[in-house]
Amino acid sequence: MMPKAQTLYEKIWNAHIVEQRDDGTCLIFIDRHLVHEVTSPQAFEGLRVAGRRVRRPDLTLAVPDHNLPTTARLDANGNHIPIADPESAQQLEALERNAPEFGIAYIDATDVKQGIVHVVGPEQGFSLPGTTIVCGDSHTACHGGLGALAFGIGTSEVEHVLATQTLQLSQSKSMEVRVEGELGPGVSAKDVVLHITGVLGASGGTGHVIEYTGSVIRALSIEGRLTISNMAIEHGARAGLVAPDDVTFAYLQGRPMAPKGDDWDAALAYWRALATDAGATYDKVVTINAADIAPSVTWGTSPEDVLPITGVVPDPSTFADPSKQEAAKKSLEYMGLTPGTPMTDISVENIFIGSCTNSRIEDLRAAAAVLKGRKKADNIKWAIVVPGSGLVKQMAEAEGLDRIFTDAGLEWREPGCSACLGMNPDKVPAGERCASTSNRNFVGRQGPGARTHLVSPAMAAAAAVTGKLTDVRNLMD
Amino acid sequence: MQPISSVKGKAYPLGLKNVDTDIIIPAAWLKTISRSGLGKGAFQTLRGVAGNVFDDPAYAGAPILIAGDNFGCGSSREHAAWAMADLGISAVIAPSFSDIFSGNAFKNGLLAIVLPQDAIDRLMEVAKTDDIHIDLETQTVTTPFQDRFAFEIDPFRKHCLINGVDEIGLTLKSSDAISAYENKISASQPWLSPNQA
Repeated sequence: MMPKAQTLYEKIWNAHIVEQRDDGTCLIFIDRHLVHEVTSPQAFEGLRVAGRRVRRPDLTLAVPDHNLPTTARLDANGNHIPIADPESAQQLEALERNAPEFGIAYIDATDVKQGIVHVVGPEQGFSLPGTTIVCGDSHTACHGGLGALAFGIGTSEVEHVLATQTLQLSQSKSMEVRVEGELGPGVSAKDVVLHITGVLGASGGTGHVIEYTGSVIRALSIEGRLTISNMAIEHGARAGLVAPDDVTFAYLQGRPMAPKGDDWDAALAYWRALATDAGATYDKVVTINAADIAPSVTWGTSPEDVLPITGVVPDPSTFADPSKQEAAKKSLEYMGLTPGTPMTDISVENIFIGSCTNSRIEDLRAAAAVLKGRKKADNIKWAIVVPGSGLVKQMAEAEGLDRIFTDAGLEWREPGCSACLGMNPDKVPAGERCASTSNRNFVGRQGPGARTHLVSPAMAAAAAVTGKLTDVRNLMD
Repeated sequence: MQPISSVKGKAYPLGLKNVDTDIIIPAAWLKTISRSGLGKGAFQTLRGVAGNVFDDPAYAGAPILIAGDNFGCGSSREHAAWAMADLGISAVIAPSFSDIFSGNAFKNGLLAIVLPQDAIDRLMEVAKTDDIHIDLETQTVTTPFQDRFAFEIDPFRKHCLINGVDEIGLTLKSSDAISAYENKISASQPWLSPNQA
């Protein structure tokens, strides 16, 4: 009998079953665990109280990112500059203490390898195709861009993985999101994923693992695929996946923690067999035409509130769903917007280029291409570029991108999560607007009262130049 | 985890859809290194608005929250479940929950009950005047007006909730199976052991 045709998700799931109970719940082995300072202190404390150890420190990597200020970390004499906020400092100290106590490799805030966990994992070759990857952060889905089953977990699950290297899980449903065609000029991976979120809605993927397929996804670089999978959670999916291919393998080869020599060859053979089999079926299939995707922007306080930049602020009464009408009304009030206003008439005072969604080298190149030889508009009060890691920063500086940003009047910062969620000092003031390359436009996300418009790096750069939301295609040669 | 088999009492009729984890507990509250004391920050942005259900004396101390679709969307912060528990909430009823939030709620003995929108609409009405009763054993939500709504729950989760199971302790009983899996993989896929940076 022919073996049953399987999806990429089913293959990874089946390869990680340690035990299966009668009710279908599985004990799933976790290959990689990324730990940061915010969601881990209580997990380590739980281990200490119960007298438990970390089962597989070798599969665990700790790096601080959420709390770190993005200003200089070393003084002129090479000494650590203390973190001013005592609570942030305490959380960082807890991770600095917990990692060595439990035998976990730790990347220091001043190490060139430091960065946002979801940038560091792929960059170091820690994240690999076909693996299971978890982290106490919902954007862990990001690593699915390499073909890994990666998802965010809570602190109790962090403790569970530390103690057992497994999780008790039920298999999710599967969904294929197929994006076919060719992207137009000025349309990036970020626009694709914003568009998908607009189509599916914020809960459209709940209970599902999504595999992104189609010619558009295949044509994307790894950076672009990571951007797409990163925001799987914004349409509710447990995880996102892109089948690994030659683009993936070329990206990983030679990375510090990736397999080497004979191991590489063996890994490659395994990875090549991961793609979804012909004839395998998904629980749900959604097809999207690339021609329908414009440079996109959000107008409300849910990532599903997406419009093409050529659109106008919607009238809440036009939504079919009464609960959505109510939500839209509240959103517009919070955002200070009037129905019918063209999106390109909306002024912004702040620009944030960064986050685990859009802080990789390609993102910075895309923003720099728009800003080259231009200046930020006078009404832009605050504009920062936060590279995803020290290595991204180094690469950008070698290419002279930092100079393009600073010449245009933007600030060039140290790596971290920064104004995506404002746990460090990088916040958007109440009542002000930010064109942001991050992933969430929730109420208060970038600071209490802050108004967020999610955009691509090129669109954020365009907004910096004109001082309002702008169709980047009008600034392209 | 404390065993939990039923919740009875007042319910906050919130009803809002897409209540994200930044609404449940803003990021500024995540800098703690303990699990307690987060109730003070729970629903902070909503509580800033006059007439909100959380500060309405009619619902003071309610152990149940009724919400709209996609409750707990957004971040993986378990602080959301901790903050709600600290506020005295033992159960949330909504048409759907984000996957991560429902997992976090479960780990903390906070019931995340899924009911269809028409049942939610009815419970929102009842909550204005009367108590609501959730029974995990029979998997029903009932009201003093003979309403009776059945809900589904994963049998494993139900067992853990009713018996207050320490899940890590339970998994550690499978240590031999985990070791066997590790041995199998280290032979067949030795490249899975990372080169330490």
